[in-house]
Amino acid sequence: MESTSELPVSLIPNHGSWLRYLSFSLDHKVVGIQYLVTGFLFYLVGGALAGMIRTELATPISDYLSREVYNEVLTMHGTIMIFLWIVPVVNGAFGNYLIPFYVGARDMAFPRLNAVAFWMIPPAGLLLIASFFIGGASQSGWTAYPPLSLRTPALGQLIWIFSVLLLGGSSILGGINFIVTILKLRRPGLKMMQLPMYCWAMLGTSILVVLSTPVLAGTLVMLAFDIVAHTGFFNPAIGGNAVVYQHLFWFYSHPAVYIMVLPAFGLVSEILPVHARKPLFGYTTMVYSILAIVFLGLIVWAHHMFTSGTPPWMRLFFTIATSFIAVPTGIKFFNWLATLWGGKIALNSSMLFACAFIVNFVLGGITGVALAQVPFDIHVHDTYFVVAHFHYIVYGGTVFIIFSSIYHWYPKITGRMLNEPLGIIHFVFTFVGFNLCFGPQHWLGMNGMPRRVSEYDPQFTLMNQISSVGALLMALSTLPFLINVFHSAWHGRVAGDNPWRALTPEWLTSSPPPVENWKGQAPHVEHPYGYGLVETNP
Amino acid sequence: MLDWLTILTLRASVITVLVSVGLILVGLAVGQRVDMLPVQASINAPVYDELFRVLFSIGTMLFLGICGLLVYSLVRFRRQPEDFGDGAAIEGNLPLEIVWTAIPAVVVLFVGLYSYNIYERMGGMAPLADHSVMHAMPASDPGSDDRVWGGISTISGETADLTVDVTALQFAFIFHYPEGNITTGELHVPEGERVELRMKANDVIHAFWVPQFRIKQDIIPGQPTVLTFTANRPGTYPIICAELCGPYHGGMRTSVVVHDRGAFDQWLTKNTPPVA
Ligand code: HEM
Ligand SMILES: [Cu+2]
Ligand SMILES: [Cu+2]
Repeated sequence: MESTSELPVSLIPNHGSWLRYLSFSLDHKVVGIQYLVTGFLFYLVGGALAGMIRTELATPISDYLSREVYNEVLTMHGTIMIFLWIVPVVNGAFGNYLIPFYVGARDMAFPRLNAVAFWMIPPAGLLLIASFFIGGASQSGWTAYPPLSLRTPALGQLIWIFSVLLLGGSSILGGINFIVTILKLRRPGLKMMQLPMYCWAMLGTSILVVLSTPVLAGTLVMLAFDIVAHTGFFNPAIGGNAVVYQHLFWFYSHPAVYIMVLPAFGLVSEILPVHARKPLFGYTTMVYSILAIVFLGLIVWAHHMFTSGTPPWMRLFFTIATSFIAVPTGIKFFNWLATLWGGKIALNSSMLFACAFIVNFVLGGITGVALAQVPFDIHVHDTYFVVAHFHYIVYGGTVFIIFSSIYHWYPKITGRMLNEPLGIIHFVFTFVGFNLCFGPQHWLGMNGMPRRVSEYDPQFTLMNQISSVGALLMALSTLPFLINVFHSAWHGRVAGDNPWRALTPEWLTSSPPPVENWKGQAPHVEHPYGYGLVETNP
Repeated sequence: MLDWLTILTLRASVITVLVSVGLILVGLAVGQRVDMLPVQASINAPVYDELFRVLFSIGTMLFLGICGLLVYSLVRFRRQPEDFGDGAAIEGNLPLEIVWTAIPAVVVLFVGLYSYNIYERMGGMAPLADHSVMHAMPASDPGSDDRVWGGISTISGETADLTVDVTALQFAFIFHYPEGNITTGELHVPEGERVELRMKANDVIHAFWVPQFRIKQDIIPGQPTVLTFTANRPGTYPIICAELCGPYHGGMRTSVVVHDRGAFDQWLTKNTPPVA
């Protein structure tokens, strides 16, 4: 199998220069960082769009953006955050950086495919953003439900479809690469049940990616045909069925929410043991609960459609299946708490974000189980309650873990530590801003504010303004983070190989690691979580 | 003879029991007091709110329990300066893990059964109980051939006291009363009577939502739907479109006016167009 270790260093483009980050690099670490930085740039764009949404909603009337532009902004915000920030970073960035270390390989199974997968992302993202300036972006929401998506300006919608297809293609290529790397590239003697938990999370996620993304791709191609060739798959005016689109869309997009969160479950499983100095509690049940989530995640999609005219037996089935996801999810949370229990916990920036993840996600999980109950959902479906739910999951869960991971792995990536006081300021602003922004939205939804609106009943003004202030704090929180990342890159304390005294293999090499990951043989790590069992040098 | 270990274990169990009981009491108390939903204006609303209270109680218990445990651990087990040792090397505990697989399983099972019961009381399960009805759905709607049913407040076999045709379009609702041939942009209904909305859309998907009734149903082009409700509190409530339907989606709202019977009859007579 091809891997960079067999290439002479001179063949690796721009080896040693920062230009390698702009090249078609085959080094998994470079590709990982390419994903991370690209994702973060798109996060800034998506965040600016969120700022525009919250500015519009600071007053009850539609006064800041035109209504069409508001819907464009709303659609682009969702699409960018999901497909260009969360999915690429939590899968592509950390997956590419860490998985080869974890399986004891020098690179991914298919380095060229890997570079191709990454390089599909920037053009797709730029195209999407460009659509704002060439005739207007899509206005039909990130869900693009027909017939609305057949009636809004066609060019923006087609560009949206094309770029989501590119991003989906990239994610399928990445998924295949992860599956093969984890199953086939393990260092001889390394058993599946000795892999760090993030590998299991990525295996589960990649299975979901490979099974469900093609369905989205097919659906979007059909939607494109409806737009350009006037076929009638989803167009009721000529005999099509609009609800079928929803089934197909959610068959991908519910698994997609697990594509966004399972890797975060994996990352937090790496972070907690290191900073609590304890083995990951219940490794085996953790593995089985990931597999259970993968299976259940494939059979719950219609909980997004309880008001779409689904037949009663279907509502019943999807309520039960959805509720049961709480069981494997609950196991993971109790295991993390048990990992902390009796440890020696260093409450640094990375841990603060990881622990806040637990708090936020539990709240999002509770509202999730409530939403799974048909009679409960009927009232709050398509309201700000749902907006609150999924931001508690996606932002409070996954984005918090992305930040936690950056604080954790930055020393490995750059060789320098991030500044702790700045990290704590970043955390406080993010945590307070996040809860101010999304907490009140639960109330708004229950009391009558639908989602995706640019104007609302004046009785909701106060809560919306609190929410907008929270958004402002979240925007401000980015400043200490950016200052920290740039300042520490040159002036941060030198990290050394293993500043956290961690046991997983990426720490058993220099920081930053050499192209071939380890000088000499890959280390044999049988106990990636063996705190208290294995010697760790202070 | 009690040795120290037994005493410690005993103490731990007592604390665990006390904390759990405390959590349950707090959860129940909070659930009883929570008041976050708009006024109840349909027979469906109190049933909904009961479910909400129960879910809120359970949610409070879980949330406080988990956050409490987390914060306690962070404080109690924080690393002391200059301590570079490791914590206890506990890799798992099968009985414990079985316990916390069982807890969510039981909770979820209870929530599922309970919400099934709620849904049944809302009328949502009627067609499932009766197979002949299920196939010829919806039974209470003999007039329509192929309508998909909104799943709330339909008791099979019952017929509506008032039927209204609803057409949703970008960006308005139009209500037509076959009885009296009235067309209006504002829905008027009598208090305490079963109203059946037969809904259709011609352009894009919309949704009919009255927060005070706790009901919602999408209005889907090519797929007529019905929604039934019984309003029981006179007043004026918003009707809100809850499905993104275009630029003016946020402005797509009107009102439902709930009258007592006399006032409704007056409204009906006043608005019935004279027969030509
Ligand atoms: C405890 C597990 C969870 C349950 C039971 C659950 C349940 C639900 C339900 C029933 C809905 C539909 C609500 C509605 O539209 O009326 C929903 C929406 C949503 N959930 Fe979750 N959820 C869970 C976890 C997650 C996770 C892990 C994510 C993502 C990382 C997530 C992201 C979303 C998103 C994005 C939506 C809204 C999609 C949209 O309409 O645009 N949820 N969830
Ligand atoms: Cu879902
Ligand atoms: Cu609408």
